[in-house]
This record gives sequence, structure tokens and C-alpha cells, in this order.
Amino acid sequence: MSKARIATTWLDGCSGCHMSLLDIDERLVDIADQIELVYGPLVDALEYPEAVDIALVEGAVSNDEDVKKIRLIRERTKILISFGDCAVTSNVPGMRNEFRVEDVLKRGYEENASCHAQIPKQGVPHLMPYVRPVHEYVKVDLFVPGCPPPADAIFFLISELLQGRIPDLSNKTRFGA
Amino acid sequence: MSQQFIIEPVSRIEGHGKITITLDDEGRVSDAKLHVTQYRGFEKFCEGRPYSEMPSLVERICGICPVSHSLASVKACDAILGVQVPETAVKLRRLLNCGEFIQSHALSFFYLSSPDLLLGMDSDPANRNILGVLKANPSVARDGIRLRKIGQQIIEWFAGKRIHPSWVVPGGVNAPLSAEHRENMLAMVPEALDIVQRTLTLFKQSLENYREEIRTFANFPTYFMGLVNLQGNLEHVEGKLRFIDAKGNIVADQVDPIRYQEYIGEAVEEYSYLKSPYYKPLGYPEGIYRVGPAARLNVCNGCGTPLADQEWAEFRSLERGPVMSSFYNHYARLIEILYSIEVLERLLQDPDILSTRIRAFARPNYSEGIGVVEAPRGTLFHHYKVDEYGLMTWANMIVATGNNNLAMNRGVLQVAKRFINGTTLTDPAINRIQAVVRAFDPCLSCSTHVLGGPAASIQLLAADGKVLDEV
Repeated sequence: MSKARIATTWLDGCSGCHMSLLDIDERLVDIADQIELVYGPLVDALEYPEAVDIALVEGAVSNDEDVKKIRLIRERTKILISFGDCAVTSNVPGMRNEFRVEDVLKRGYEENASCHAQIPKQGVPHLMPYVRPVHEYVKVDLFVPGCPPPADAIFFLISELLQGRIPDLSNKTRFGA
Repeated sequence: MSQQFIIEPVSRIEGHGKITITLDDEGRVSDAKLHVTQYRGFEKFCEGRPYSEMPSLVERICGICPVSHSLASVKACDAILGVQVPETAVKLRRLLNCGEFIQSHALSFFYLSSPDLLLGMDSDPANRNILGVLKANPSVARDGIRLRKIGQQIIEWFAGKRIHPSWVVPGGVNAPLSAEHRENMLAMVPEALDIVQRTLTLFKQSLENYREEIRTFANFPTYFMGLVNLQGNLEHVEGKLRFIDAKGNIVADQVDPIRYQEYIGEAVEEYSYLKSPYYKPLGYPEGIYRVGPAARLNVCNGCGTPLADQEWAEFRSLERGPVMSSFYNHYARLIEILYSIEVLERLLQDPDILSTRIRAFARPNYSEGIGVVEAPRGTLFHHYKVDEYGLMTWANMIVATGNNNLAMNRGVLQVAKRFINGTTLTDPAINRIQAVVRAFDPCLSCSTHVLGGPAASIQLLAADGKVLDEV
């Protein structure tokens, strides 16, 4: 049986969901033969490949690069999963929505700088006016809430997907878990 | 015609980074920059939140070191309350931190860097990851998985949850340690020691293979900074700041961290969301300094625990004076894991460690608080201001990796100059440029705690911006 092509990524997140994925500990060894990690922070692929079976997307959509990235991922992926509360609801990154982008940038780069105070503009993405969850930009096939989702829920998720089933996670994780 | 390369994403690091490399008209590397492309805005959007929410909120700066953020946060809140934290609670916070260092350094060494160190910087990128290490060297991979699990398990037993737990609070911690968990943790110590000691042996033997990397991975003189205790020994949770110069002379010592703004400034560069902290007395950018595992071992007079002290002495004998190459962070991380296991064992055996006197209570009595700890990647500063109701009005954070921004940039330039030949980017060059960043084990989400963007990519640009080559 061919290996499942799995991609993971983080947009505007903290990497906690990825760490929870790694919290499956030795169970990683059990599934290693059934999966191919084709893209993500843990591997060295420079470009998101074609024909990805499963994508775990952590983090909210916060800047223009995130938007481009999530649309590309949607195009090249069969099952796209909103992975964790930031992707599902925008969670903590979304707390900046209460404030104007200029004020958020001013606090970091003008008020809290002692030298060359300025807003970074060169070679960095532009912040969107609002941080939004993934499904407001692309169709999502499965939502996995949690901050982060527990490792057991993630392992169940992957095991079920590898068996060709879309799992019901409602009693395995919840928002803010 | 000068050209520019862009490397995006930088892989096997935490967070989002992009590297651009510029060639001059003769095709030689003239400049290199690390752009951090993520910014969330914690320093602003915490406005209006009750101070007591901060420890949980700032954990979400980072999923690898949430414990460090929560510790710095509660220390700032302790100051706002104006309380003296009970002794057992201070020890319990230290114990939690031991778990943090074990798991975070294990992640960095085994999951993020061992693919380079064991499979080789030039190995096939398709296999150059933890799954590839699992195939090629299963016992090392399993050791790594096991060691990280031990660290995470310790955190879970203390705090109830591995990632983003709610246990450390303003004034102390919110639950005492149970006798059962204490026994469980002590039982894991021998295995943890075994794993880190055999990894140290393996790593030291393999240093031979990295002569070029050691020579070029951010190998230049800088100041170093870290927390030390009263004896000048390694200290992660309490302690005062020490700065040393490149020759090892102490230039500032036992500085109360609340005075950090007298010593550390933050500069902005237009090409990165990560600010560049600098040592104020020297100005910017001459005030470049480094933090993190190797910096801490350079700064301290010793670890204060027997096994780690032996390793520390050997580490320090690598060079006369402080070690300069950031490649040695990989070595230093293993020593800090060893130190953390020894501290864990010692504190778990403290006669009062099960005490239920673990929290001091008060209302917010002061309008400002500063909390500083050593996170795995470097010194971490949380500075809060609150109004008369205890609602946040302002925050400033200097986060670990961020202290190293100037050094990371200079390191990338140094490696680019050494390993880029001509106008195409080879995989070995790309990987080494990323590997010098990995040696710092940056936590770019942390360092920008601000709104952020995606990771790095690699492009070669002509002077007019036209893309010549892309990876």
C-alpha cells in the first residue's frame, strides 16, 4: 500500500499544535512506514508539492503571504485540516483584531524601540487588517479544535485518516482544550 | 550586475524566516540578511486584559517554550502584586523549568538538527529529517523521542498539561506536588542520564566531522549575556544578569534584571519583524551580543552540579576564553540537559518539596512589573504596566532568540561567504546557510511575538530584482 503524502504547516500560530503532534511520542515510529512527510517545518522541502493527501494547517491567516500560501495548499491538497484553535477560530492571534494594524505595529516598532524606530517594510509580508480563521479563505475538510489538540486526538485523527475514514473528533477535543 | 538569492522557508526551525543573499558585481557574497516574517502583536493586544490572564496568554507566544513565557510572566506579576513567593513554590517553578529545558533542547538536537549532524549537511534533502534519522539510525532517533517525552512528562506531572498548562500563577503555583508524581519523576532520572550521556559521547566523537562548520558558523567575537546566581554559576529561573566580552572579562555583573533597559536597547531594521537588541554602552550595532546555551556556559563560573560541571570544564577547554562558534550550541544544549536532570533530582529530594505552602496572595499593589528568566534559547524579558484595576496598559518583551538577531545575521553572512560559489545555489550551500540559523535554535514566533508571516524561501535575484534562480 502506498504511503500517505502528508504535509504540515504553520501560518500565524505558535507551533504548539505541531508540538502536540510530536507528543504522540513513540507512536511516530509505528506510523512512520505508512506516511511520507512531503512538506513542513520538520522537513527540507522548499516548495509545497502537488498531490498532497492530507494537510495539517496550524495557525490563523494574518498577512498577505499567509493568504497566498493557504490558497496554494488548498489547490494541491485532497484533505485540508484546520489544525488547532488558531486555524479554527483565529484564537489568540485574532486578539489583535480589536486594534488598528498601525497601532499594533507602532507599539512594537516605534514605542518599544530605542534605535532606528520604524515600521519594517522591506522583504516582509503585509499584515491584513484582520486575522481570520482558515475556512474564511478556503474550504476546510475537517476541523480539529484545541489549544493545542491533545496528542491522543491527533494520533486518532491520523490513524483514522490512514485507514481511509474521516474521524469524528467531537468527544476527543474541544476549543481551548 | 549584482544578484540576490532568497532562501524561503528556512526549515527545521521554529517560526518563520527568510534569508536573502546579495552578490556584488564580481559575483562574490556582499551581504546576507535573516528576515523574520511573522508578527502577532502581543505587546499591544494584551491592553485591557487583567494581569492575571497574562501567564496563560503569553504561553501562546510559543508552543515549544510556553513554560518559559509563563515563568517570566508570573515573575512580572509577582512584582505587580508585591509578594514574596513561598520557597517551595520557587523550587517547584525551577523544577518545571527543568522539564522544559529537557524537552526543548531534545527537540532542537534530535528532531531539528540531528538530520544534519547524523545524516550529514550534504545528505539527500528528501531524507534529511527525523523520519530519515529513524530509518538510518533508529536507536538515536528513539533516544531523542524518549528524552523529549521525559521532559514533556515532567511538565505534565507538575502542571497538568504538556503544552500551555495552567499551573504557575502570580504569587506561586496553584497546586502542590504529589508524592506519587515525585516518585515517578525520580524513577525516570537514570534513563534520562543514560540517554544524554551517550549522546554527549557520540557528539563529542563526531566533532571531527564538523571542522568547517565550527570554523564558519557565526564564529566571531561578541559579548555574551546570561543569568547567573550569587556564586556566578549557571541559573535559569532566578538570578541576575552578567555580561562578558569576547575575551571572557566580566563587563557587568549581578545586574538586577529590572534594570535591563539601562543595558539593552532594541533597534529596528526595515527588513525584519524581529528587532535587534544591542548592548547599550557600546551602541548599535557594535553592541552585538549573544545569549543561549553556549553563551550561558561562557558566562558562568560553572554549572554547580557534578556531572554537568565535568562536561562544562571540557566544553570550556575547547578555546582559550569563551567559545565563539555558534555551532557549539549543539554541544552546550546537551550539557544543559544534563544539568537540568541533576537539578531535577536534587530538588525532588528537597524535604519540603511536597509542602502545600505554595502561593502568596495579594491585590495588584504596584503599577509595573518585570520578570526575567533564561528560556532554552536565551534570556527572556517580560515587562508589564497595569492601571489601578490591574488591567494591562502596556507590555514590552525581549524574547530569547531575539537577543541573537545581530549575531544570526552576521552568521548567515559568514556561512554564505564560505559556501556560495558562483551564481547558482547548491543544496549543500542552502543547507549550511540554514544550518547556521539552526545552531541558534531560533524560536522566531517567540522572538517576534508579534504578528507574523511564513517561513523562509531561497531566491537568487539580480540587482534589478529579476529572479535568476529559485529553490
